[in-house]
Amino acid sequence: MSNEIAVIGVGMHPWGKWGKNFVEYGVKAARDAIKDAGIDWKDVGFVSGAATMRCGYPGYVAGATFAQALGWQGAEVNTSYAACASGSQALAAARAKILSGETEVALVIGADTTPKGFLAPQGGERPDDPDWVRFRLGITNPTYFALYARRRMEIYGDTQDDFALVKVKNAEHGFTNPYARYKKKFTAEDVAASAMVADPLRLMDVCATSDGGAALIVCSEAYAKKIGKADAVKVSAISTVTPTYASSVIEMPEMATDSGAVVEAQSFRAALPMKAYEEAGVGPEDVSLAEVYDLSTALELDWMEDLRLCERGAAAAMLRAGDTKLGGRLPINTSGGLACFGEAVPAQALSQVCELTWQLRGQAGDRQVENAKVGITANQGLFGHGSSVILTK
Amino acid sequence: MTEQAKPQVPALEGWFTMDSDKPHLLGSQCTSCGTYYFPQQKNFCKNPSCDGEEFNEVPLSRTGKLWSFTNASYKPPAPFIADDPFVPYTIAAVELDKEKMVVLGQAVTGVDVSDLKAGMEMELVLETLFEDDESEKLTWKWKPVSV
Ligand SMILES: [Zn+2]
Repeated sequence: MSNEIAVIGVGMHPWGKWGKNFVEYGVKAARDAIKDAGIDWKDVGFVSGAATMRCGYPGYVAGATFAQALGWQGAEVNTSYAACASGSQALAAARAKILSGETEVALVIGADTTPKGFLAPQGGERPDDPDWVRFRLGITNPTYFALYARRRMEIYGDTQDDFALVKVKNAEHGFTNPYARYKKKFTAEDVAASAMVADPLRLMDVCATSDGGAALIVCSEAYAKKIGKADAVKVSAISTVTPTYASSVIEMPEMATDSGAVVEAQSFRAALPMKAYEEAGVGPEDVSLAEVYDLSTALELDWMEDLRLCERGAAAAMLRAGDTKLGGRLPINTSGGLACFGEAVPAQALSQVCELTWQLRGQAGDRQVENAKVGITANQGLFGHGSSVILTK
Repeated sequence: MTEQAKPQVPALEGWFTMDSDKPHLLGSQCTSCGTYYFPQQKNFCKNPSCDGEEFNEVPLSRTGKLWSFTNASYKPPAPFIADDPFVPYTIAAVELDKEKMVVLGQAVTGVDVSDLKAGMEMELVLETLFEDDESEKLTWKWKPVSV
């Protein structure tokens, strides 16, 4: 029996700082996805929502919130929270429901409205909370991404110019994407002129937070066939594995890695796609394009190596050769990535799937990758969450 | 000014020794499998192959090799307590050889990103994190051995 499900509909709300209720973004994305699938909302048997922690109680019960906003029609609901991987976890819940035969069609949906200003830990004196401790000691989110970036410079000889080139490439990719928030062809000079945040990363090397929404209609292969969409794009793998002790890379919000003294340390990021490749029965050599979580420009280069799209330390050379831009042999972040979108946590992993779906269908317009057959996503969030999804034609 | 020196207290109780000459971070070690923890783990071992529940407090190596480094160009939000005006500081991630563990910390005042190189030998020192009316709160910082 196949473990694949079909993606028959995708929809998004443009990313931005719209200041509206997150439900509006989600409903717009869902309606687009339903229309794209050519089905009726009442045909959906399961609503799988990705939670937002920033929008109060309706955000905690996102599945039900969206089901009500679209009009209660009796569908079963579920809400997933897995930090930046929430969308993938919601997709995994829908897949399980479909493959078990409990439902034929599911809506997978995530949307967010981000608050103004910085996200900071709760107040008070709370030395038992690692998040509180690291802020007290002056360790912020950009610290971690800057440490990874500097490590690349020290070990592989990457430069700040390489990191700027990632931004320039992704800005070019996102320039014509109607859903992107930032649509400007930034230059290396623009990046170099932006303020230093955490050396070597400048303001334009790190992504912003945005409002946005994304939705998918997924179904069994039998259902896709029944409605004349037997050739729909397939979800061939979803990996949401947790890390294996001991961590080799310092992860937010910790002050230290695990000890590798008695158990060999390993990288979580590198482990994420392994299950996905195995499940899909494809390898890195089969990948046509990838959407990766570029929280920083330098992190895109780490992901290329973690996805085994090149040897360790070879990502910058691939970038410089133009291999990862549109028209190159393995385009990365054709949507424009987080560089052009900014992060909308519960929607981001789903927006990656939307982009791959458009690409594999040949509907990506100016961003189209020729002859795209296999696409892979990757992202990582706090507390051992991460995901990698493989879509095939 | 005849202001009396304020007492020096740790910014985090029990995370390091207050030995001004040769301070150590205080970790714990599982008595069953021997793995190390920082901050201290006291109840259950996190090694999935170990059911250990007993730990000894151990001083961690006070020197290690620089894994990576960065700085903070902007003032972090609370609970960070910043000088006014804010003074940017350098941050180091140091790999302890025996414990095979990377530990973060600020670099000692006066050390800039341009002074650092991965692989450099670093040692642990104590410095003031901030002070209030009662006391100076000390924390651990990393200092290049060569400085
Ligand atoms: Zn143990």
